[in-house]
Amino acid sequence: MGNVLAYCEFNGPALRSSALANLAFARTAATAHAGDVVALLVGPGAQAASADAARYAPKVVVVEDAALGHYLAETYAPIVARLAKEHGATLVTATATSMGKDLLPRVAALLDAGMASDIAKLASKDTFVRPILAGNAYSTVQVTTPIICVTPRQSEFEPAAPLPGAGTVTAAPAGAVDPLGAAFVRLDAQKSDRPDLGDAKVVVSGGRGMKTGENFKVLEELADLLGAAMGASRAATDAGMVPADWQVGQTGKIVAPNLYFAVAISGAIQHLAGMKGSKTIVAINKNKDEPIFQVADYGVIAEWEKAIPELISEIKKLKASR
Amino acid sequence: MKILVPVKRVPDPTQKAKIKDGHIDLTGASWIVNTFDEYAIETALRLLENGADNTRIPGGEIVVVSIGPDDAAKEIRTCLAMGADRAIHVVAKDDEIDALIVVKVLQSIIAAEKPDLIVMGKQAVDGDANQVGQMLAGKLNLAQATFAATIELAADKQSLTVGREVDGGVEYKKVPMPSVVTVDLRIVASKSVKNGVTPESHVYSGEGARLPSLKGIMAAKKKPMTIGKLADYGAEPQPVIKELSVTLPPPRAAGQIVADIPTLVKKLADEAKVL
Repeated sequence: MGNVLAYCEFNGPALRSSALANLAFARTAATAHAGDVVALLVGPGAQAASADAARYAPKVVVVEDAALGHYLAETYAPIVARLAKEHGATLVTATATSMGKDLLPRVAALLDAGMASDIAKLASKDTFVRPILAGNAYSTVQVTTPIICVTPRQSEFEPAAPLPGAGTVTAAPAGAVDPLGAAFVRLDAQKSDRPDLGDAKVVVSGGRGMKTGENFKVLEELADLLGAAMGASRAATDAGMVPADWQVGQTGKIVAPNLYFAVAISGAIQHLAGMKGSKTIVAINKNKDEPIFQVADYGVIAEWEKAIPELISEIKKLKASR
Repeated sequence: MKILVPVKRVPDPTQKAKIKDGHIDLTGASWIVNTFDEYAIETALRLLENGADNTRIPGGEIVVVSIGPDDAAKEIRTCLAMGADRAIHVVAKDDEIDALIVVKVLQSIIAAEKPDLIVMGKQAVDGDANQVGQMLAGKLNLAQATFAATIELAADKQSLTVGREVDGGVEYKKVPMPSVVTVDLRIVASKSVKNGVTPESHVYSGEGARLPSLKGIMAAKKKPMTIGKLADYGAEPQPVIKELSVTLPPPRAAGQIVADIPTLVKKLADEAKVL
């Protein structure tokens, strides 16, 4: 038996929704490991978010130290590795976000732990199902090290529900902090009032056929009407039409919303890898032979220039009629 | 400056995945250099050349390392043909290795080679694991800059400022030399790599990694390739990660083409119940 140490990201006083997916996974895994979930919050503001974490985990450990500044894998990984040992963890988890993907393999190296990335399912205590080949196949892997590291995919796990009672919160020291010469310089954030691409219920994505960034405005209007996040294919982000972090695909975001609009997107396998878990997929493209229509539940063969304004007006009519 | 670039060969991702005896059937598969690793070679070349007149900066060296079966030599030669200077091929079957074994071999090679920088792809497009760079940096106790979209070499050549693609934007991180950099797609954009030698006005094609020239292909045949085995680097063929089986996901149920937008909205509301 062993505990499950779940590294949780937070934003202000609350856990990020990505952390709730991690905690949901960690709960199932803790049952398989006959242990408890220990939620770990590290960094500036960790204390303030600990009460929220205690709603979801029976034990919360907080590391907040003046020496510990902005997230760096170099300074955070040794803390996670040390606490994994101190808390008798046999499994260490972090959501497969850009931070989790940066951090956890480094933790695994420090623990000599085998690691399974981007997992979609827990098959048994040491066996996991994960997509390979851009999601074109699923591999079941067994990891045989005494401690195992895994990054569950946010889109595969429903957010954890609160527990009946609050968990206990304890503080732990950061220990020696050595950034190894690395320094955080700045974050050029993409400010947006829209939901995060990773947990939006609706996503509106545009592709190469949108031609210019200016043309995305009409998709943004559709997105705002639906409370959706904006996405894009690699062709559109590479061409500089929209920010790189809008990219949906094998190497971008993996999304699984209830409703996904693919507008002027051809449907290369790398893009499909990022969105084919969506519940309902709508493709709008003027070329009927594009591969996107093979995964779409509903396809409309039309130019976006005409179709999207009409779609906006039809949805407005529908909303007005309710 | 010596740059070490670990590379992996992968089955061509445009081939359709087939299953045989519960695993991916690679009989007759065609192989390529992992795309991200090709980008890592391109990055190393851009760091060590004057892009405007296509000349190498004196004293620069690119060493390619690959751990894979005998016939991976072909993909290693491709890296040499692109412009890498020499290669180390550690021969091992794919089922004899996992990320930790690869890291162990690289650690031992790095101890001997003492490169100024390690540049590699952020993930292999077959396993999609995205682990080796971070693990290697952890084991070597070096700084890491993962998912690099831009790299700027400091004037004193003692550090790099790396633009990293993270959720919600681009994070700039400064790392000293040596360190481990893993590259993302946009590292091959036309102005992503700045080395202080290539003029700011120079625009690379931005169409991905360069193709080997005929001259490069000829030259690659004569470039040195050291061949070794796992034991030479203190590693054992005992992976801690075992693939039990592989399955293909069920195909999505066939969709429907609808005639027009009003019909679409009606179906999304009444049939799919998502509006």
